[in-house]
Order: sequence, then C-alpha cells, then structure tokens
Amino acid sequence: MRHSRILKDGVATELAIDPNQKQDMTSQQWLPATTGTVFGIALNDKELCASMEQAFNEKPHVNPPKTPVLHIKTANTHIGYGAAIPAPADGTTIYAGPSLGIVIGKQATRVSEENAMDYVAGYTIVNEVSLAEGSFYRPAVKAKCRDGFCPIGPWVVNKEDISDPEKLGINTFINDELVHSTSTDQLVHGLAKIVSYLSSFMTLQEGDLIIAGTPLRTEKLALKAGDTVAIEIDSIGRLENSVVIESNINEAELG
Amino acid sequence: MKRARILLNGELTKVTVNDNLDAVLADGTVIAQADADWQPPCDGKIFVLAINYADHAAELSFKAPDEPLVFLKAPNTLLGHNKNTYRPDNVDYMHYECELVAIIGKTAKNVSRENAMDYIGGYTVGNDYAIRDYLENYYRPNLRVKSRDTCTPVGPYIVDANDVADPHNLTLRTYINGELKQEGSTKDLVFNIPYLVEYLSNIMTLEPGDMIFTGTPEGLADVKPGDEIVTEVEGVGRLVNHIISESDYLKTLG
Repeated sequence: MRHSRILKDGVATELAIDPNQKQDMTSQQWLPATTGTVFGIALNDKELCASMEQAFNEKPHVNPPKTPVLHIKTANTHIGYGAAIPAPADGTTIYAGPSLGIVIGKQATRVSEENAMDYVAGYTIVNEVSLAEGSFYRPAVKAKCRDGFCPIGPWVVNKEDISDPEKLGINTFINDELVHSTSTDQLVHGLAKIVSYLSSFMTLQEGDLIIAGTPLRTEKLALKAGDTVAIEIDSIGRLENSVVIESNINEAELG
Repeated sequence: MKRARILLNGELTKVTVNDNLDAVLADGTVIAQADADWQPPCDGKIFVLAINYADHAAELSFKAPDEPLVFLKAPNTLLGHNKNTYRPDNVDYMHYECELVAIIGKTAKNVSRENAMDYIGGYTVGNDYAIRDYLENYYRPNLRVKSRDTCTPVGPYIVDANDVADPHNLTLRTYINGELKQEGSTKDLVFNIPYLVEYLSNIMTLEPGDMIFTGTPEGLADVKPGDEIVTEVEGVGRLVNHIISESDYLKTLG
C-alpha cells in the first residue's frame, strides 16, 4: 500500500492508495509524505566519494570520514509533490539531489544492524535540493536549509512491497529529459548500517526520514526557475516539482 | 511571565512559573519545582552558534568566524530541567556549554537587523554539551558530537522577551558541584541576536518556537558521572542537570 498526506478542506489528511489503481496526480494537493525529523547522509555515493579521495586527505578534512556524515533538513524545507521549489532570487545555482528516503516505523534507540530493518516502515522519494556542495567541512545550513529545498513523496511505500531496496534504479528528469541515472546499489553505507548508526546516539521516532544518499552534483542536476524536475525510483513512483524564483512566491503569498 | 511545559499524568502540559519557580497549572494548582517533571519549553528548529564569543574562539585556537557558524540539532537531543545526561564510556572529554537561547515569537522571513528584536518571543537557558572525542572534519561540529540523546538540557522555562531589559548584557555562569567554572557576558557575543535573526531569516523562514542557542564563552571543563551541572543566565534562569554513566543510562532504557 502507498501512504500519502494530502490537504483536504484545509486539513492535513492521510490517504492510502492502492498501487493497482491509477492515480490522477493533479486531483490532490500533496503534502510532504512524512512529518518527522529529516536526516541526510552526505558523502554516501561511491562516485561522489571517489571524486573526493584526494580532498579527504587534505586540509581541512585531513582524514577520510570515519563515520557516516549527517545533516538535517529543517521543517521549512519539506514540501510535497507538485509544490514549487524556490530558487534564490540572486540567481545562485541550485541542484537536484535524487535519493531514496528511508521512513522509520517505530521508535529506535541503539538498534543493531541485524535488527535495523525491523524499524523501517517503508520508502519514499526525496529530492534533497542544495546549493553547490563546495565544502563538506562546516554544516551546510545555508546550502541545504532554504525553504522548499526538500520535496518528499508523493507517498511512502510499505517495505514489504519492495523486494530489494538496495537495487532500485533512480532516474532524474529535467523538463522531461533524462539527465541522470543512478541506483541504490551505489550507496557507500547500506540501509541497515545507516539506521543502526543513527540510532546509536539519536533516538529515531516513527515518521522520521533518512535521505540515504545523493550523487555528485554535476551541472546535469542544475535547476533554474521555470524548470520541472522529476525523480523516479523503481517500485516507488515519481516525485515532480517545478522551480520558481523565491521572490515570486513571497509576493504571491502576500498577494 | 515565565512559561514552561511539564509532564503531568503522561501528558505534556503547559504551565506558568511563579516567583518561587514552581509550576502553576491553568486552574491555579501549584506543583513544587522539585516535584515537577520539566520538559523542554518549546518545539522548533534548533540552531546553535559555534565560536560566537571571541574568548572562546581563542580557547579553541580558532579565529572568530567572518559569518555566523551555525549548526543544527535534532529534537531527540533536548532534555528538560533537572534531568540526567549520560557520558559515554571511554571518552576523554565531555564538556558543558552555557548559552542564552533566544526563542522566535512570530514567523520571520527576510527580517532586517533593525526589526529583528520584534521577532523574539522570549529567552531560556541552554546547555549545549559536546563530546570532543567524536569530532570529525565533516559538517563539524558533527551530530555525533552535538545531537546526542540527553545532551541538550534546555529550560526550565521561557521568560517573555519584554521581561529581559537587555539580552546583550547578561552574565552566564556554569557551576560543577557548586564550584564556579565558567563565567562570561552576552555583551561579548561576536554576532548578536539581531544579526543572527537577520542572517537566518535571509536563508529560511523562522517559526514561533524556533530556538537560537547563541554560543558559549570560555571556561569549559570535563564532566563526570555524579556531577551536578548548573548553567545559569542572569535574569533568565538556572538550569540543573546531572551526569550519569552510560551503563546507568542503559538501565533506564529497559
């Protein structure tokens, strides 16, 4: 089953969708598919890490990361399917960040890698939008926590409905053109390890979301106002959002 | 006015706080400070400033940054007044950080420095514990150092902004088992509150309940199981915390 959240008569409402039924995506106002804390795993893509091999051993990093590198996508970044991603008015380039999202199903404190998947409810699609990832030294609040920089959805698919979450193709389209293809088999740290590691010092709650890993952000993933970006993940679906200049959104809201 | 939240019969309950610092329910019932189960006083995004006092920067052998060095914590790390924080086994250095916490009172986007204080609803005390053993040079300070379960006591209550005459002239003090270990003043903030509100609201929308931990002055020291740590901010509050061992913490998980 697929689990969405929609806005119905102004109220956030859960909507279960049978995957065998064709869904008219324009008929709903989709909310972010999850409501909890959103953690991202940076530097968790093989090609991205290979590109950093030299930098890992130079200042300011000095050594390669010993543990998964984590960041937080604050609540203001979360948007649903079809909502607009605001691009900075000064024209700074923004990049799509296609990733599998791991949705936590029950409270998890210090769970082992062996048991970690028992705490996962399912999977969703995340577009972890970012300014250029020029540096991994300091927390990337400015690059990653702008309003609308984390589309999530359109739904959470039950984990039972996905046979191998570490072998899912991920395709990114900009204006209907396929610009990027990867797979969850390109993750450096696997799903069970990620869940176990986070829970080793942070209690995860039902509804928390972990962005498994985003690829190297080349110009192929660059977005500009007027674009439509869509991420498709096998067995989950398609997450589509437009890109607009931020100031236009503010004016519309002030309307 | 002082506002707090306590756990009462399993329910998160809003209270006011009287001059004895006891919790007062909506119906006037008083729950003594020592008996109340204090919870973090609000929910929201958790911003923390690193190296935001020049003396602390020198202590860490850093130059004060050119722009605010902000990191985020997740809500798992928050803990109320008078609770236990665990020190992991086999670490060399875990220290407190006494901080003034400014709390956003209304939605803020692209707010100028001139108007920024209108968006502050109140203040509380934060203790931003860090375990230095876990520092790595990736998104430093990383979540394993700073966003750990039990590692961010906050409270006991929020003081209304109107009741704090000058948030940029408050003494901060930390005591370990009654001994004064850390002392500084918010007048030495590198980036003051209006600057931080402008900076953050230029990046993103701030909402009521969002917390800005404004950083800590010099005077850090290691803490050990059994220690009572008191962080206080003049005119705002006094936040008590107890350090326990990891094995004692594991027993509480059941």
